[in-house]
Amino acid sequence: MCLAVPGRLLDIDGDDALARQGRVAFGGIVKQANLAYVPEARPGDYVLVHAGFAIAVIDEREAARTLDFLATAGGSLEAGS
Amino acid sequence: MKHIDEWRSSTLACRYAQAVAQITTRPWSIMEICGGQTHSIVRYGIDRMLPSGVTLLHGPGCPVCVTPAGVIDAAIAMASRPGITFCSYGDMVRVPGERGSLLSASAHGADLRIVYSPLDALAIARKEPERNVVFLAIGFETTAPATAMAVLQAKREGIVNFFLLVSHVLVPPAIDAILSDPESRVQGFLAAGHVCTITGYAAYEVIARRHHVPIVVTGFEPVDLLQGVYLCIRQLESGSAMVENQYSRVVPREGNRGAQEAVAKVFVVQSQQWRGMGEIPASGLGLAPAYAQYDALARFGGRAIPPEHSGVCISAELLRGRKRPAQCPAFGTRCTPEHPLGATMVSSEGVCAAYYRYRRSEPTPADDKAGAAV
Repeated sequence: MCLAVPGRLLDIDGDDALARQGRVAFGGIVKQANLAYVPEARPGDYVLVHAGFAIAVIDEREAARTLDFLATAGGSLEAGS
Repeated sequence: MKHIDEWRSSTLACRYAQAVAQITTRPWSIMEICGGQTHSIVRYGIDRMLPSGVTLLHGPGCPVCVTPAGVIDAAIAMASRPGITFCSYGDMVRVPGERGSLLSASAHGADLRIVYSPLDALAIARKEPERNVVFLAIGFETTAPATAMAVLQAKREGIVNFFLLVSHVLVPPAIDAILSDPESRVQGFLAAGHVCTITGYAAYEVIARRHHVPIVVTGFEPVDLLQGVYLCIRQLESGSAMVENQYSRVVPREGNRGAQEAVAKVFVVQSQQWRGMGEIPASGLGLAPAYAQYDALARFGGRAIPPEHSGVCISAELLRGRKRPAQCPAFGTRCTPEHPLGATMVSSEGVCAAYYRYRRSEPTPADDKAGAAV
């Protein structure tokens, strides 16, 4: 139910705060997604799409850092209190 | 596909499994919250890659599973009325209430449409102004912003034939309820990454402190899950109890502010019934007074009173992490995805459906172990 799929934002259509949308490529499939919740998204960004809405822009630097975690054994990820 | 393939690397997954084994000195029970995580764990056999003393308990993280049967009955009654077009996510249409399912109502003439987004339901309302379009709004914090945006758009456009049957639920109060149960065996949590994408994880820091349990915000792919387990066990072994964020490529501590604001505008927090868990205070969302005109129950009547849980189905125990599917006498015999006795079998993310699909023919040592421990 909370499935969200990463895809590459191809282009953005319109600038309306509620209805701004863009085309997102998931492998070979392209679908429209509402971009109201990711005002910072730019074409070329990878966004996470759930129920027709992009809910996050994927942070490439954090992705690389998380993948490298074991290599820097004993390292720590972001932690709250 | 970028941002998927690298997190399914079997080489990296095996390295994490080794790393977990190296730091584990005693048995631990960790609960994952989200049904999507449960599905991945069973599908990829993540639990079987862990040391024999480490048990993954499957939590109440499938909104389809925890939607009260009374809501489904109200949905069926509404869908069966003339003039109503009833829209639902596909997961929901086969879930049995007390009087059949939405799909069986459709077979008897109800105008049922399966949609991918609440915006699709709103588009139907726009296109067919002579129909009253009702959307069954279920889901956790991940999904509530989509519902909220459909309402905000409807209000702005003055659309008067769009309504919601709301049964949105919130995760932190359910975690709190599980940990407050004296019989709880849960020692650490993997929090649901996509819920936290919206909400952030400040609320989980309060729970970690209150119950002294480590909570790791975790993604959904095999490497994510193994890394989440590694971080959780590392805390358990050292006696630490804080929130760590494995899914930092997607989840910032503060979450998605725009989505939070939309939800806060359209909804109010209220007490909520969970199928299998009963009523949990402040664990659901209802429409705020300013948006009461979109309330389908108020407009079309009917009251969503959840019937008592009954029968042989043990989903109530499953959702609290007390039992495993193999301990249910009906699992795989009287209860199958074709003829589900409870919602943990009917939704593809339900724990019983996941075990039925991937583990039916082979009772696992993990199940036996968990069974002995309960």
